[in-house]
Amino acid sequence: MKNSKNTKQIAVAGNGLLDRRLFLSTGLKFGTITVLGSASHQLLSKEANKQSTIDPADPPWMHTPGGPFSTYGKPSAHEREVIRVPAPNSAVPGNGVSWTPLHLLEGMITPNGLHFERHHNGVPQIDPNRHKLLVHGLVKKPLTYTIKSLLKYPMHSQILFIECGGNSNAGWNKQPSRAQAGYFHGLVSCSEWTGVPLSIILAEAGLNKGAKWLIAEGADAFAMNVSIPMEKAIKDGMLALYQNGERLRPENGYPLRLIIPGWEGVLNVKWLRRLKAVSKPIMTRNETARYTELQPSGKARMFSFEIEAKSLITSPSTGMLLASGQGLYQITGLAWSGRGKIKKVEVSTDNGNSWTEAQLQEPVLPMAFSRFRIPWRWDGNPSILKSRATDESGYVQPERDELVAKRGRHGFFHYNAIVCWEVDEHGLLSHVYDKKNALDTGNISIDAGWD
Amino acid sequence: MIKKMRWIPVILVLTLVGTDVFAAGAAEGPQLGQAVSKEEIARWEISVMPDGEGLPVGKGTAKQGKSVYQTHCLSCHGKNGLGDSADQLAGAEFGLTDEYPDKTIGTYWPYATTLFDFSRRSMPMHAPGILTDNEVYAVTAFLLYLNGIIGLTDEMNAKTLAKVKMPNRDGFINVYKENQKVD
Ligand code: HEC
Repeated sequence: MKNSKNTKQIAVAGNGLLDRRLFLSTGLKFGTITVLGSASHQLLSKEANKQSTIDPADPPWMHTPGGPFSTYGKPSAHEREVIRVPAPNSAVPGNGVSWTPLHLLEGMITPNGLHFERHHNGVPQIDPNRHKLLVHGLVKKPLTYTIKSLLKYPMHSQILFIECGGNSNAGWNKQPSRAQAGYFHGLVSCSEWTGVPLSIILAEAGLNKGAKWLIAEGADAFAMNVSIPMEKAIKDGMLALYQNGERLRPENGYPLRLIIPGWEGVLNVKWLRRLKAVSKPIMTRNETARYTELQPSGKARMFSFEIEAKSLITSPSTGMLLASGQGLYQITGLAWSGRGKIKKVEVSTDNGNSWTEAQLQEPVLPMAFSRFRIPWRWDGNPSILKSRATDESGYVQPERDELVAKRGRHGFFHYNAIVCWEVDEHGLLSHVYDKKNALDTGNISIDAGWD
Repeated sequence: MIKKMRWIPVILVLTLVGTDVFAAGAAEGPQLGQAVSKEEIARWEISVMPDGEGLPVGKGTAKQGKSVYQTHCLSCHGKNGLGDSADQLAGAEFGLTDEYPDKTIGTYWPYATTLFDFSRRSMPMHAPGILTDNEVYAVTAFLLYLNGIIGLTDEMNAKTLAKVKMPNRDGFINVYKENQKVD
């Protein structure tokens, strides 16, 4: 039945973008978006010629007792395609990444089992009773803490994204990546972290004058180590013990993880075993040879910790189909910034010629995912969809051309350009660059692998 | 070196940023940390600083390091460090301003001490920590030699390694310092 108010849906930007406030005032009905190749998509096409034998008015699961209780719940078997996709090194299976399927999720919280992973040499299976944190270096009293003792400290919780500095790095390629949105941009996830403010522990050890950096080290088979400015560590650092209400997952640092809000993921050292206060950075391999960004000048940016504002439309996105044909669709996506809150996300469906503000889901929190949504009437013509985030510092997410002009293509880390999804006349979405770049040819591979 | 104990820096910073922890007086904490001796700390300590602080007793040359490399590293990093399943470590063909720059130890790494710190803690991947300190010095020397930075028989030890000047030593811009105006 047609909603009479729908006739009042007036476009607020070119190519059919509707006012975000319509979400509240009218009963919008959105078209179906399917993921190509997925079971839901196949079902949709099969359904056209074959009726399912299951009658929702009287389904069989109302006539047999359901399953038993479970000690720890799992997602429905019908959601088995909602998974992380791992990309391990060929000789070292525990070295690599796995991406969060951002394009298949909603809301602002990433389920614990889908939080992205970056490990250098596997996930250690740590016995919490045999794990200690050592705090030493330029301190009055070097101390060790057991996990049991840390659990007795005053805690606080914060909803925060963690983004790998190398997330979205395929964006530096000359050719647009064909991976689905999450498997291209999904080295970022958002959780509620709970733990002990780092400042309390540092105060107990008593920092000496000149303690300007903190070296953090993990208890994995890589003994991951990095330097963190003391000022940030004291201001925002957290010794996290819980993630989304439960103790950390092994792949996210069980039993103890350092959280450095808003800064690149590598600083959020997992399996934390040691904090050493020092006067100068140690210059580890992961803050010199890696996680530095080579610029066109031949010089490299170092200690570029902050995650700058970024956004992308997660649905519809590349590899999806506007399966209901022309008509109304819900555009939704994520935005985040290491500098604070997202102030606004603008969306364009005409390749950036006109923009309009999307609705931001409350609560909008600093250094956390912000979910945005906006209704769009697709007229059946090819279109290019984009989103652009602005954070509370006034920083505006750049177009890819601008970013590449400023930083070159060999920085590898900190890629945060505007993402373009092209909708073709059949409603199929694919990843494109702006026309100018799309004509570029060249090597598809990036300049460095996952290491 | 133990410096004079002072509270001022911590309190200053915390007042500036107004951390609620301190406002609430929680900074005290329940004091559940256990004191730890110098000897115990030494058993945990593997950090090597750019000025050589933390480098252990020991020595090695590239000549000795070649066999360490062949036994423990070659399978992943390839012949002469040219790369295989793992990173290329030497033999850069292109410079940092070329179309496809090679970021190797010779062209990119700013400190030789990093090589020791990293190889000792993280390599070889299948058995990290298996190398003796002498072997780490030797394989470090071999990688520096492959990159044309030292000679085949130059001895690397706690003194000499920290003195090696890497070609790209001044190739970095400290973005944090620029943004924060602190040192
Ligand atoms: C089983 C495979 C394997 C073996 C054996 C191995 N490595 Fe590695 N190495 C790797 C991988 C994989 C990486 C990338 C690690 C990462 O960052 O995740 C790496 C990285 C490195 C790097 C850093 C390179 C860069 O440009 O950042 C150095 C240096 C290195 N290895 C030295 C060694 C040495 C020395 C040995 C022998 C003692 C060794 N490796 C043995 C797999 C291996």
